[in-house]
Amino acid sequence: MKLYCLSSHPNKPCYVLKFKEITLMLDCGLSAHTVLNFLPLPLVHSPRLNSLANWMPRDCSDAQLEGELKECCGRIFVDSAPEFCPPLAKIVDYSEIDVILISNYMSMLALPFITERTGFKGIVYATEPTLQIGRFFLEELVQYIELTPKASLASHWKEVLHVLPPPLCDSLKPRSWQQLYSLTDVHSSLARIQIVGYDEKLDVYGALQVMPVSSGYCLGSSNWVISSDHEKISYVSGSSTLTTHPRPMDQQALKNSNVLIMTGLTQTPTANPDAMLGDLCMTVVSTLRNNGSVLIPCYPSGVVYDLFECLSGHLDSTALSHIPMFFISPVADTSLGLIYIFAEWLSQAKQNKVYLPEEPFPHAYLVKTGRLKHFKHIYADGFSSDFRQPCVVFCGHPSLRFGDSVHFIELWSSNPQHTVIFTEPDFPYLEALAPFQPIAMKAVHCPIDTSLNFTQANKLIRDLKPNNLVLPESYTQPPTAYPNRLDLVVQQPDHNVIPVKRGEVIMLPLRRKLKKAELNPEVAEVLITNEVKPGILLASFTGPMNVKNNKYEMNLDDEAEKSKQRPNCIEDVWKDYCYEFGSLDIDQFIQRLAMDGIKNAKLEPGPSGYIIHLQDEDVLITVDERSTHIYCGASDQQLRLRLRNILLQCLSKF
Amino acid sequence: MPEIRVTPLGAGQDVGRSCILLSIGNKNVMLDCGMHMGYNDERRFPDFSYVTAEGPVTNFVDCVIISHFHLDHCGALPYFTEMVGYSGPIYMTHPTKAIAPILLEDMRKVAVEKKGESNFFTSQMIKDCMKKVIAVTLHQSVMVDSNLEIKAYYAGHVLGAAMFSIRVGSQSVVYTGDYNMTPDRHLGAAWIDKCRPDLLITESTYATTIRDSKRCRERDFLKKVHECIDRGGKVLIPVFALGRAQELCILLETYWERMNLKIPIYFAAGLTEKANNYYKMFITWTNQKIRKTFVQRNMFDFKHIKPFDKSYIDNPGAMVVFATPGMLHAGLSLQIFKKLAPNENNMIIMPGFCVSGTVGHKVLNGAKKIEFENRQVIEVKMSVQYMSFSAHADAKGIMQLIQYCEPKNVLLVHGEAPKMEFLKEKIRQEFNLDCFMPANGETFVLETRFNIPIDVSLPLLKAEAKRYNATPPDPKKPRIIHGVLVVKDNSTCLMDVDEACREAGITRHVIRFTSTVRLDDPGPSSQTLDKLQRLFVERMEGTWSIQQTDGSLSIESVLVKVEGGEHEQKTVYVSWTNQDERLGSLVLEFIQNIGQNETGSL
Repeated sequence: MKLYCLSSHPNKPCYVLKFKEITLMLDCGLSAHTVLNFLPLPLVHSPRLNSLANWMPRDCSDAQLEGELKECCGRIFVDSAPEFCPPLAKIVDYSEIDVILISNYMSMLALPFITERTGFKGIVYATEPTLQIGRFFLEELVQYIELTPKASLASHWKEVLHVLPPPLCDSLKPRSWQQLYSLTDVHSSLARIQIVGYDEKLDVYGALQVMPVSSGYCLGSSNWVISSDHEKISYVSGSSTLTTHPRPMDQQALKNSNVLIMTGLTQTPTANPDAMLGDLCMTVVSTLRNNGSVLIPCYPSGVVYDLFECLSGHLDSTALSHIPMFFISPVADTSLGLIYIFAEWLSQAKQNKVYLPEEPFPHAYLVKTGRLKHFKHIYADGFSSDFRQPCVVFCGHPSLRFGDSVHFIELWSSNPQHTVIFTEPDFPYLEALAPFQPIAMKAVHCPIDTSLNFTQANKLIRDLKPNNLVLPESYTQPPTAYPNRLDLVVQQPDHNVIPVKRGEVIMLPLRRKLKKAELNPEVAEVLITNEVKPGILLASFTGPMNVKNNKYEMNLDDEAEKSKQRPNCIEDVWKDYCYEFGSLDIDQFIQRLAMDGIKNAKLEPGPSGYIIHLQDEDVLITVDERSTHIYCGASDQQLRLRLRNILLQCLSKF
Repeated sequence: MPEIRVTPLGAGQDVGRSCILLSIGNKNVMLDCGMHMGYNDERRFPDFSYVTAEGPVTNFVDCVIISHFHLDHCGALPYFTEMVGYSGPIYMTHPTKAIAPILLEDMRKVAVEKKGESNFFTSQMIKDCMKKVIAVTLHQSVMVDSNLEIKAYYAGHVLGAAMFSIRVGSQSVVYTGDYNMTPDRHLGAAWIDKCRPDLLITESTYATTIRDSKRCRERDFLKKVHECIDRGGKVLIPVFALGRAQELCILLETYWERMNLKIPIYFAAGLTEKANNYYKMFITWTNQKIRKTFVQRNMFDFKHIKPFDKSYIDNPGAMVVFATPGMLHAGLSLQIFKKLAPNENNMIIMPGFCVSGTVGHKVLNGAKKIEFENRQVIEVKMSVQYMSFSAHADAKGIMQLIQYCEPKNVLLVHGEAPKMEFLKEKIRQEFNLDCFMPANGETFVLETRFNIPIDVSLPLLKAEAKRYNATPPDPKKPRIIHGVLVVKDNSTCLMDVDEACREAGITRHVIRFTSTVRLDDPGPSSQTLDKLQRLFVERMEGTWSIQQTDGSLSIESVLVKVEGGEHEQKTVYVSWTNQDERLGSLVLEFIQNIGQNETGSL
């Protein structure tokens, strides 16, 4: 069993598992970190960004590099359509992948790269919310980038990486970065997804069974249990043990695995999500009280649902319920509409509301009463007439490189009354803000990452008791920002920990010994069993075996009668195979020989047992603990068969 | 031999009060727990004393499965849990769990408040009962305990209706509940995978009907409604609050829109809005089209359909009224019926099946006068139309389902005996399957044969695969495996003999025979061996693996060695184990023949 690691980011995972001749891809995450190296794509003309000075490395005269790099706020950015880092392509042949398992909508953004740009021919499994929410995640991303097309595509800077200043020079393999896919790619890619439900057992070519189980991280998020007859591998991706809106995590199903692959732990291990939510509410209120507005760059689904609910409640209690909340995203209406139909995927508390039937989220009510207004874009119909300040704006993209968030940052950054609050943990907020510096507006970092933290992960592993634990290498040492925090590590001295990083292929220590099969009951009826020891029965079996879809069935040999005829092949000889065991009682044997008229047997001690010499005939029998050997001439076959019969009477067999 | 036992407490050669006891691999499962709409006495509920005469019933039932929210499938559940005392697990889908308590409460009100019945379950009992329900999702494999596994499939009959497969070890049963094989305006078609159950328990409401196309029926329905309102008549459509009602509402709504009609349509139940809310929230259970378009336009927000008030019935002029319940056995639909029946301009459209004993059943059978309990007699002059919109599979659909899941036996429930007989014959003819139809209280026993699960050691399988792949493919020749079955601690494993001995902790005793033949063949002994090999390959009948290694020749595992100097007589040793006796003596005989007949020909 082999595991290939194709992603460098544990929260945007992509693994390939080869087991029993089946190739499974686990998740298809896309690292969007790369976009931070590019200049923002403003929705409206920005004189500031348009008049940036070109930057050239010293002693470099490559004319083609001219204009690709710009200096902005003391940093160097690439002036080009942004590029992303898809999963590593070189060590795996994508056309061999049988199945892709998607854990949640956050770890499927590279799917079109794999399904549409390689020779991929397999199927993709995901839950219905993962598919539906994933669909609008992908659509939003594509629409953001397509809205602000760049004429040029910079590529020469990748050749002179060594002369570029940090952080650009530290870029990981920028030559493999790719431009984003198109909407057509998205739709044909998603059409390959087959919808599955929690605890649904899926058969993979009769060799493996895969089953998604609830992971508690977001709507429809799952972990996967991959099992064969006697082996079990659990893949834990983004999981959460906190109580938010999704169904709670199912831990039972992951217990006692031979191998546990764990990834997707929190990206902000030092921040407590509950405390951050409290900070966020307080910051919003104090900003609004100062007549300022709040920008919350966000994704179109996920924690943002909890933010609407929590923040509206908090505004109510602070007499600020007249403050409007704006949710601006090309997919805002779909996002708000869809969450209502996933009743079965919600937490118990939210599900109980559905039974009443009450709406599980207050969003429809907030929309109906005009407190939450959603628009496709800032230039959508009605936005300018509805827009008033102070207000709270939720919009994408959290990287601040494209989408409406770019506009609001440009608009508000010079006013100290306003605040931008960073909640999504995917991008370091200072890097996101880098091309807009210096800013007068307040920037507050309240990362809300509900994924497992290290304490929770360590406890979970102890409860799950896997034989082997595979972890991204970064989880085995403290984060670079906190080199002394030994508590921010997965520490499992009792488990065999196997660290893995991008580009590595590891052999997982899993020895298969048994395979399940079926025995036709007719066989059981005719089979002769021997109790060789109390409670242990043995029976020799020879019969035809049906192999279909990796299922083995042992049947009765309907030609057993033919075994009396002259054998034609070794299978014919097998039919009367049976085995003797135990040691030979030499006195009994001699006695029996005598009873049969063979009286001249001369018993002598041999090197490791006895030697019996039949003096009248030229026959020698050597006997030891484990074997009896009869030597005789070819002409003495009648005698040999007599001896054989007597010998068999003295031994047990099965 | 292992058995599967099925006893219908209701729905055996009957429609209504579905309740079927299933015993499979020492587990007892109750399939549905319905009530009979045609009775007002104790016959209304299944006879639970059958389960056990005394002692807690929970000890005898491992779980209860409810297929959908119709009362003839779940109406007795609060009675069973709160009054009979069952406290074990109950399974149903999420929409069923949401909607069933509303229908139960509705029914309870009619029974207690309108008919004044006592000894009925209370509102609190319904709530307590529903708390014990475990909701399941489609295709989720639910382990009731370590041996009993259930799985729900989409049934399409009403929102949240499901078929269930029940599995214990190698034995399995599929219970369909009510299902529909043709998608309609709001629901999809039933689907099941090729799960090959030992027994398929299927409903057979429309066992003899092959219905015409849905489109024709819809056109017919709209034409009749339109004709009636054109002559100023009132149309009564008795329905269940949830299910068909929504489908017909969508149908009328789009027709009104298209024809620009202004005649009022009323929906007479406080449930409408609530009901539509359920549809909105469980939209994943509706059909593809509704699911795709709901963000833009929710199909269940009706423009033309308004809530009904009792006073409206005396309004002059045409109208269309949907009223509950669907079988006219009580409630508002019955009241409206009494008002409208005497006028020949009016029309009643019965869109579904009516249980015998109900007013609906009498009307459908053409009764012109109906007498009520209070001696009131109503003349039925209105036109009576029956349109089968109730979403059961017809004969074609039932056959299709059998084709989907490939059962080994079929058992019919939820239908009328004569119709079942017909279908039974048809299933026998078409699929050559045994088909059964036990009556209520009658126990059907099915003896099942199933394969015994065993393990096979991988080295043994790999050795076999290697041998198999090395031989030329021959489709007629079966793959033969040989090994030793080890039965230990309740498990059986097939392995190689040496592994088996190790596993059992015994030592083999190997018997070996060595016989010698003398041959006159001058030349080095290795040359003699080569000659023997050639002769074996050329003349020995059958397919054998013949090889020479380390100066000895092996025919499979029989060894042949030649000794003797260049100019001497050669001694040929043939050695084999007791297992190879037949091959060993064959080889020996072969060499002897050479020695006797063909000396010099070597």
